[in-house]
Amino acid sequence: MAGYDHIDSPKEVDYYVDDKGNYYKLHNGVDIINVTKQFETKDGMVQALNPVSLHIRDKEFVAILGTSGCGKSTLLRMIGGFDQPTTGSVMFHKKEIHRPSAYIGMVFQSYTLFPWLNVHDNIAFGLRQLKKHTPSEINDIVHEYTELVGLKGFEKKYPKNLSGGMKQRVAIARALATDPSVLLLDEPFGALDMQTREVMQELLLNVWQRSPKTIVMVTHDIDEAILLADRVVVMTSRPGNIKEIIDVNLERPRNWKIRNTEEFLKYRERCSELIRQESMKLIQTAS
Amino acid sequence: MESMAIVANKKRVNEEVNVIQESQKRKYLSDAFTPKGTIKSRSYITISVVSFLLIFLVWWYECNLGGVNSMFLPSVASTFESAKHMFLKENFLFDIWMSVQRVLLGFAISAVVGIPLGLLIGTYAPVAAFLEPLFSFFRYLPASAFIQLFILWIGIGESSKVAIIIVGSLAQIILMVATNVRNVSISLVEVSYTLGVTRGSVFWKVLLPKCMPDIVDTLRMVLGWAWTYIIVAEMVGASEGVGFMITQAGRQFMISKIFVGIITIGIIGLALDMMCMFFKKILFPWNED
Ligand SMILES: Nc1ncnc2c1ncn2[C@@H]1O[C@H](COP(=O)(O)OP(=O)(O)OP(=O)(O)O)[C@@H](O)[C@H]1O
Ligand SMILES: [Mg+2]
Repeated sequence: MAGYDHIDSPKEVDYYVDDKGNYYKLHNGVDIINVTKQFETKDGMVQALNPVSLHIRDKEFVAILGTSGCGKSTLLRMIGGFDQPTTGSVMFHKKEIHRPSAYIGMVFQSYTLFPWLNVHDNIAFGLRQLKKHTPSEINDIVHEYTELVGLKGFEKKYPKNLSGGMKQRVAIARALATDPSVLLLDEPFGALDMQTREVMQELLLNVWQRSPKTIVMVTHDIDEAILLADRVVVMTSRPGNIKEIIDVNLERPRNWKIRNTEEFLKYRERCSELIRQESMKLIQTAS
Repeated sequence: MESMAIVANKKRVNEEVNVIQESQKRKYLSDAFTPKGTIKSRSYITISVVSFLLIFLVWWYECNLGGVNSMFLPSVASTFESAKHMFLKENFLFDIWMSVQRVLLGFAISAVVGIPLGLLIGTYAPVAAFLEPLFSFFRYLPASAFIQLFILWIGIGESSKVAIIIVGSLAQIILMVATNVRNVSISLVEVSYTLGVTRGSVFWKVLLPKCMPDIVDTLRMVLGWAWTYIIVAEMVGASEGVGFMITQAGRQFMISKIFVGIITIGIIGLALDMMCMFFKKILFPWNED
């Protein structure tokens, strides 16, 4: 992990001890331990997340499904170090995450390309920050990822001249180029149309199957979750916690064709059922 | 016989073309009036020229046929006469040069001081708490209220005129630049942290580059306002300048000279504005609007 030395490294520990003196054994990967989150608002405290515990293994693809407002983004932001848990802890490789860093990449739903940089420089941005590579190495890496996301020939274009799908492809390439240990995706394809979204899912699937890394993806799209993930975490409606974790035992490498297999449909039915229950709860509490 | 048929056919085709053109025109018009819609830049220029011509026409009509007393409204012809006289005999260009110089100097000082302060306020909350209420207070002080004070403090030289311009523009620049920085979306900052940018460098790496075009826009607007302060500034013991000339002409009821002065101020203001827009386009080809 040399080269990330601008990130302060807290002590590595094998056990996490909470306020009550309970011990939790830590693993490699991401450990989410009894994490809750409250927000202070004008109308008082809002409980966004009830205690959530989850261990995300190294190089695992986890998708998080849940009704709107159940705390998916909140959970993801705490893994990214953008927000701190009110209680509990998020650990990565046995170290507490307390601020964002280049270990953990992120792609937001909203377009977050640097508008003053063209496609090439956007993808090169992180590499240039980290100063681990020579300029010619950076060029090679950028070319590789530009090609990977199918944007060859667009290197000199500014974000304003790109379609939504292209922007997200650049965002994914930019996040992958620095080779983060964990990649967080918060509804990265949520703003895209149906066709583009399916193309993007294929692309992400292929990228991940080529070189697996830990990915946590929040999505509303049940098919997307099942197609891509090793495990689908379904959350309850707000205040969210984990309702059920579904192991997706579909064979890899996968491609879009498995959408039509019987197994896939079974997973979809199960997820839909769980989400439906939560949506109904949401409607009933509202009325 | 055959040729008749051809002629008839041609006519029909022509009519059809006319109908199509007519409907395209109508479509273009209705497109032009969609809320937040756009029009071709050629149309834009044509329409804006029309608006100037219209004003000109009203002016000409009122003087020549409307029967307005020339004490109150000089005729177009006499205004041109005055202008000719002023440029050729009274060295009006020198007045313009002096005024532009004063405004640009005052504005430049405001920008050099104001942009860094605005950037700091927009970036760091404690700095905002320290400075923002203060400058929000200063912003509402009318520049003309400082005339006597500046005469008392720094006399009637060039510096007091420049000081008036600074009073009129500094607080605006600071507060608007602060807003420009704040408008940078937080996700852009957050995503940069995941790419190795540190808290110490995020200002240079993200905030500043992102808000540069907006700062240029702020400068453009404040420069416009600063320019309108020329009249006030040149009330402080000036003996040349467009503002001075207007005040002078006003005392002698030389109404056509006032008109020349006002129109000059407007034209220079417009020119400055267009220059800023041009630079923004050249410097920031990536900008999203
Ligand atoms: N900064 C904040 N301040 C106050 N309340 C917040 C804040 N961020 C989130 N919340 C609240 O916490 C709850 C969970 O929000 P979150 O954005 O995590 O939901 P989500 O599952 O991502 O929803 P969506 O599917 O709509 O994106 C919501 O009720 C939201 O209003
Ligand atoms: Mg969300």
